[in-house]
Amino acid sequence: MNWLLVIAGAAVGAPLRYLTDRAVKIRYGARLPWGTFLVNVVGCLVLGVLTGATTAGAASGRWQLLLGTGLCGALTTYSTFSHETLKLAEDGAGRAAVAYAVGSVAAGLAAAFVGVRCAGLVWG
Amino acid sequence: MTSPRSERVGGSGDGSPDAPVPAPAGPEPFWRGQGPVVAAVAAGGALGATARYAASLAWPASPDGFPWTVLGVNVLGCALMGVLMVAVTEIRTVHPLVRPFLGTGVLGGFTTFSTYAVDVQRLVEAGRPGTGLAYLAATLVPALLAVWLATAATRRAGARTAARGGGPR
Repeated sequence: MNWLLVIAGAAVGAPLRYLTDRAVKIRYGARLPWGTFLVNVVGCLVLGVLTGATTAGAASGRWQLLLGTGLCGALTTYSTFSHETLKLAEDGAGRAAVAYAVGSVAAGLAAAFVGVRCAGLVWG
Repeated sequence: MTSPRSERVGGSGDGSPDAPVPAPAGPEPFWRGQGPVVAAVAAGGALGATARYAASLAWPASPDGFPWTVLGVNVLGCALMGVLMVAVTEIRTVHPLVRPFLGTGVLGGFTTFSTYAVDVQRLVEAGRPGTGLAYLAATLVPALLAVWLATAATRRAGARTAARGGGPR
């Protein structure tokens, strides 16, 4: 059952990441990886809310597996993030590469904090 | 090419029938040909996330401990991404669904940014900001090094294979 929850969440999260990235590329071009940036930050926010809800006793371990390990885990990505950072550096956009790496980590971390805080306000 | 422009029948002026038909305005249709790609990404993502979950069961971390398992998963996934991207974009031509399945799907689902960020948050909230910052850097730097070194090594291996006359280009 636990495995199925992870699989179900990931089978939604990964395509959601792909489709978001595609939509952003079609709309804004592929020069900067805003699609991955967006899904990573949103995933951090959602996992933050979920973690806060779990701490407050409002979400069970099953929700953690479905939405946390599965959905948010597959929605967000470290491998594409690091590959895109390398690509920017290789293409001579060193400053953009540093900004993308530092910006993703800072925004993701801020989103995680905000998510946990919001969950604390709602369920705390 | 004929184009469905019946409302302009007889609309003159633009000369020969070979006049270039303007490209359809706007971006390409969002969903065109996306069914198999979305399915490949979903299947790969489920596989990758399952492998990450299996790793978390095999090497469980204590709630406020250092998240070694996620760190290992993320750095390994970044190294594999470096190998994969060179292999499928520079060394050989592969089926168009290979990259969405293995890269976007399996490796994208295997690695995670959200658990990384929330683990840093947890360490900081638990009164261990030093450990949180150490974890933040101990993933970011090795992950970037892993993708860079794996990319370079795969390129070198590909060039060697090509120089020996082996391997389809």
